[in-house]
Amino acid sequence: MKRSRSGESPWTYILLAGILIPFLFPLAWMFLSSLKTQVQNTAFPPVWVFPPTLNNYREVFVKNPFFTFTWNSLVVAAGSTGLALVLGLPGSYAIARFKRTGIALAILTARMAPGIGYLIPWFILFTKMKMIDTYTALILTHLIVALPLVLWVMIGFFEDVPGELIEAARIDGCSNFSAFLRVALPLVKPGIVATAILSFIFSWNNFLFSLIIAGFKTRTLPIAVYNFLSYEEINWGGLTAAATIITLPVLVLSLFIQKHIVRGLTFGALKG
Amino acid sequence: MPPAMADESRTGQMSAWVTPGRPTSAWSLFVETHPVLVFTLPAAAVVFVLMVFPVFYTVYMSLHSWFASSLTAPEFIGLQNFKRAFTQDERFRNAIWLTLYFTALATALQVVLGVSLALLLNRPFRGKGFFRSIFLLPMVATPVAIALVWMMMYNPTLGVMNYLVGLVGLGPYKWVSDVRFVIPALAAVDTWEWTPLITLITLAGLATLPLEPYESALIDGATPAQMFWRITLPLLRPTIMVALLFRSIDCLKTFDIIYVMTAGGPGFASETLNIYTFQVGLFYFHIGYASSLLVILFALVLGVSLILIKVRRGAW
Repeated sequence: MKRSRSGESPWTYILLAGILIPFLFPLAWMFLSSLKTQVQNTAFPPVWVFPPTLNNYREVFVKNPFFTFTWNSLVVAAGSTGLALVLGLPGSYAIARFKRTGIALAILTARMAPGIGYLIPWFILFTKMKMIDTYTALILTHLIVALPLVLWVMIGFFEDVPGELIEAARIDGCSNFSAFLRVALPLVKPGIVATAILSFIFSWNNFLFSLIIAGFKTRTLPIAVYNFLSYEEINWGGLTAAATIITLPVLVLSLFIQKHIVRGLTFGALKG
Repeated sequence: MPPAMADESRTGQMSAWVTPGRPTSAWSLFVETHPVLVFTLPAAAVVFVLMVFPVFYTVYMSLHSWFASSLTAPEFIGLQNFKRAFTQDERFRNAIWLTLYFTALATALQVVLGVSLALLLNRPFRGKGFFRSIFLLPMVATPVAIALVWMMMYNPTLGVMNYLVGLVGLGPYKWVSDVRFVIPALAAVDTWEWTPLITLITLAGLATLPLEPYESALIDGATPAQMFWRITLPLLRPTIMVALLFRSIDCLKTFDIIYVMTAGGPGFASETLNIYTFQVGLFYFHIGYASSLLVILFALVLGVSLILIKVRRGAW
């Protein structure tokens, strides 16, 4: 559906700003509040112009083991993403190449089930095995999200690889495995990067699984921030500084894969 | 797909440890004859252990009475848990109603708003890429951080929301602290997060629409409104229905923002089925009853999906 070029008038940009501002406002407000003092944050009507301070950020790191939380989040996100790729890439390749859609549908059903359904049994089992508050338990639970994600999104990318290329490699004497490693994988490299980033973001943002499985030693960033919320006497500056620190890496990462985000969020069902 | 394979160093490096072309050992012969099995087995095995074990455990436990804190073994009680949920548990009925209310409200808001924005945005303008990047941010931002900043904005005495609605002479409201307001206020947060998804999906759908129907409609003298209702909307229906399906499934299971912002409160005014199940299972440790609630929640998710799939197939 094409409109005339007259669409590009000043009104278009006023309209765009009108649409963007409400969607940007909460994130901007979070960032602004993190630069305010407690007095400015509790002022009513709200303060819009003020001399920014970095004190909140300093306090977050001085008062809390925030580096440890960040490290924990990194280990779990990298661990679950890495494992999901190693396990998922050959699987999605085979599903796409040999058209095993039945397996794919079973995985989609798994995505529909509520997270708590997986969490309660694993919580019981990990408690019995004394594995609560270990990286292994956290990575395994995060894999429940990451592995189906990798499988589903990568099926789409592998389907785009022309079958003739694989056939040609096979005729030239490539084994099934080296056709996968040396022909298919290099062709879907952009897809792998996008999927890895998506999986990393999902794990980094995960709240429910970490809330129960992580303990004092392995506490991830979202849980740390949630705990501030319950313990701190509404110190909005500190809270929003912590929230900004968690969100910023995700926002930056998402910019690299904007083309693939819709595909990832709908599990490959829709391309945005 | 760009041909990114002309990367000699990478292929050369790999051949050092890759099985050479001709199958030599028994193992590589097996890979040759059973490729699907070998390639999918690792993933399938892990999915099976990680996801199928909990399903069986949950169904098994839903027929038992057992507290995780107790030392006694689970006791088989048949369908008693389900009977209790449907006949005696006031909190469960409240949770079912709130789950459906939240899902219907949030999904409807997102779809109507998302499709409208897509129609407004479906025009040429400079800086499309920039616009898109900004528009994506709400859905990738960390939910705990989102919940936190909205809690702050919704604060009844100091929040910026009351200031903003005050500018147009409304309020002040108590937002998530008000029993009547809490579900719409939470649905607003979910709508803020996910409207961009619907907009981007619809924009992608609009870009693939054929031109011919519009041309013939113009010749027949159709008005823009007629073209929208008779051509655009029917053609977009499959896209919108899939988006609707995904959003309603996720809304039924919404956990993060509700748990962080209200934990089901005030009272039980925002305790959806997911939050209630969490409390029963991981706060009261009543695993048996929580498992039966989970079975009901999953049935609800499946039911909604089936209805939507049916609606999508049939006339709407």
